Amino acid sequence: MSFLDYAPAPESTAILSLKNEYGLFINGEFVDGNGTPFATISPATEKKIAMISSANEADVDRAVAAARAAYDNVWSRMSGSDRGKYLFRIARLVQERARELAVAESLDNGKPIKESRDVDVPLVAAWFFYYAGWADKLDHAGVGPNPASLGVAGQIIPWNFPLLMLAWKIAPALAAGNTVVLKPAETTSLTALLFAEILQQADLPAGVVNILTGAGATGSALVNHGDVNKIAFTGSTNVGRGIARAIAGTDKRVTLELGGKAANIVFDDAPIDQAIEGIVNGIFFNQGHVCCAGSRLLVQENIHDEVVDRLKQRLSTLRLGDPLDKNTDIGAVNSAAQLERIRTLSDIGEAEGAERWSPDCVLPSEGFWFAPTIFTNVSTSHRIAREEIFGPVLSVLTFRTPAEAIAKANNTPYGLSAGIWSDKGSRILAVADKLRAGVIWANTFNKFDPASPFGGYKESGYGREGGRHGLGAYLKPAGSVRQVPSAPAADLTTSAAPAELAATEVAAPAATEAATTKKKGTK
Amino acid sequence: MTETTKAVVPRATALEMFDGPVTDANLRRYLEGIPGVDAVGLEQRAAGLGTRSIKTTSKKWALDTIIELIDLTTLEGADTPGKVRSLVAKAITPDASDPSTPRVAAVCVYGDMVPYAVQALGSHHSRGTDSGINVAAVATAFPSGRASLAVKLSDTADAVQSGADEIDMVIDRGAFLAGRYGQVFDEIVAVKEACRRADGTYAHLKVILETGELNTYDNVRRASWLSILAGGDFIKTSTGKVSPAATLPVTLLMLEVVRDWHRLTGEKIGVKPAGGIRTSKDAIKYLVTVAETVGEDWLQPHLFRFGASSLLNDVLLQRQKMTTGHYSGADYVTID
Repeated sequence: MSFLDYAPAPESTAILSLKNEYGLFINGEFVDGNGTPFATISPATEKKIAMISSANEADVDRAVAAARAAYDNVWSRMSGSDRGKYLFRIARLVQERARELAVAESLDNGKPIKESRDVDVPLVAAWFFYYAGWADKLDHAGVGPNPASLGVAGQIIPWNFPLLMLAWKIAPALAAGNTVVLKPAETTSLTALLFAEILQQADLPAGVVNILTGAGATGSALVNHGDVNKIAFTGSTNVGRGIARAIAGTDKRVTLELGGKAANIVFDDAPIDQAIEGIVNGIFFNQGHVCCAGSRLLVQENIHDEVVDRLKQRLSTLRLGDPLDKNTDIGAVNSAAQLERIRTLSDIGEAEGAERWSPDCVLPSEGFWFAPTIFTNVSTSHRIAREEIFGPVLSVLTFRTPAEAIAKANNTPYGLSAGIWSDKGSRILAVADKLRAGVIWANTFNKFDPASPFGGYKESGYGREGGRHGLGAYLKPAGSVRQVPSAPAADLTTSAAPAELAATEVAAPAATEAATTKKKGTK
Repeated sequence: MTETTKAVVPRATALEMFDGPVTDANLRRYLEGIPGVDAVGLEQRAAGLGTRSIKTTSKKWALDTIIELIDLTTLEGADTPGKVRSLVAKAITPDASDPSTPRVAAVCVYGDMVPYAVQALGSHHSRGTDSGINVAAVATAFPSGRASLAVKLSDTADAVQSGADEIDMVIDRGAFLAGRYGQVFDEIVAVKEACRRADGTYAHLKVILETGELNTYDNVRRASWLSILAGGDFIKTSTGKVSPAATLPVTLLMLEVVRDWHRLTGEKIGVKPAGGIRTSKDAIKYLVTVAETVGEDWLQPHLFRFGASSLLNDVLLQRQKMTTGHYSGADYVTID
């Protein structure tokens, strides 16, 4: 027996008490949807977990009306400290039910339990704790004294971090005094529905948060609904573009957090073992289903061979398999469609002449799986160096000088994140200053903290989530007239804004600091 | 540096690497040219390895392996022949209630206790063979290392002459921190020579870095390279007399150096974390770290050891639990 064939250590699913079918969560209770229900499956086994309701336009109407009523009658009138109490309560309940949420997330999404247990769920609680503290301190949010909430926020989230993205959206919205209609991704509705149970447990007033499951049409109905004041979206650049088009000319505010093709730059003086870990974490964390993944490795040419060699050795120790096994490093790809996309782009990489390598690794016969893959000999013109693959596929490119590294790193339509590995502090600061990316990690990667704003340049979207800036996206200055649906823009914020949507987030006169950030974001 | 140190030879690879004599200057160039260590990243990796979940058959194998890798240690001012005999008895029969329990790798004692350990082991003493229990002796003015080289060498030679199979020496941390790498190097070379027996064979040399005093990971990495270049068979974290003693990140870092040395030369160097590892759970984390960093090959007594005393009883309790299905208690394992 080989010790490294660790005996199975599966996390038990006994902690879950799932229903066979789930309704929509509207006005504090689960109700049947009018659309055709669909099954949510475990991507590791393709077995059905539960039936999920689908919301049509009438359901969206119902949910928005519930959110509006809750906004007008309860939530916007409540003191910040009382809103904070609810958020603290939610945060504590998330912690109490952490194991259950982690198991459900891994089951439904396919991500390894060690990640849902050690990263996703703790961050979810952290996000609610962080914004709970903000609820009664909105005067300091950077929007001026006594800022006002926006109203009803429509929020659409992706499948890669289902519960975490929910927290990123709901926590600041509620802290700022808005009510919410949230649509989780079609393939990963389960934890949002468990979260709805937590909201019931927390006695959150009915209608403050509504959760509508469904596919693209449901999201589209939400985006186009006349009584929604704000759209927050995380997902692909394509869909983001559609949303921007749909709301152009309305007075809805928007924040978009879209795709990325981040450069992870390794200089020859980098702490090499930690850089290898950072590269692995950058692209193989969550099967590479991370918008800020370090999918383009830019390594200084003089250490290229050594880095690739060490990387291959390290990859050989990664364990792919059952997401619920506590020793699994790489779980299942979330859906057949995503697997197909990863396969297609990888095949294109090979056809374009890049060299493909994967460690020996047995893929389970059922479910959606893709072995961790490295492409070397990649040129900047290859599609695998330009397009977001959103899978465990790393493209390795080289550079000779810091200037070349910066130029290559910035040479992408995206600009969400970047990584720098060097032992030299001055170089890190100099390079970071010139990278056009919203988040830059130095000697680490994929670190998230609720206090730190997150967002992108260029096609990676606009607006910031997290930190004080994320709060500002759900507030407007005092004295601005309440936005009346379909009426011409009347408040200070939108009237000061040019056609460019990004500016709707910044025009508040008192928001000097936020404005600085945004300026960076659009240059 | 005395004449004796000049006469002996460091590891051949070192001479090849430096293309000539090993001096302070070229050691400094070499050691300070090694890439740095990012502390946050190193600790994060160690913590990640620590989350591996070792269950059922894997755990059973791990527990037995831990016992086989233990240097059962007593290093007290109050050590007596009686105490050493008791320790040896425990090493031979760790668990009287289960004869299938493996034996430990070695007993580790002060130099003057070596004759008693050898005598107590009797036929169980390995005496240079692969089977049986080794006697390890700490030497070179352990734990501080603050003595003249002559004293350190005679300390070492004395233990070897008394029958020690392994010598655990300490490096001169003062010299290392003052940047006198050449002095540290020459001392290791000289001690290695003092490990030579009359028949030309050598006692195994473990070089204790005392990582708690070196303080930074960069220093630990340099001292690891230095000790290997000078000819150490093992690099060992600590004396157990300084806090912090062994930690998982420090051990991981030393294993990375050993892995890199193996990549470079094909030679296999041992690693011994010592001090502070008291529970099976902790020890299993070390096994995982070894296996995932240098490979499973290293999980044998000539390449990996635990310097520990109380660890053994905790492993025995866990082992009993796996056999019988229920936990016993402190009175179901023997104190030595």
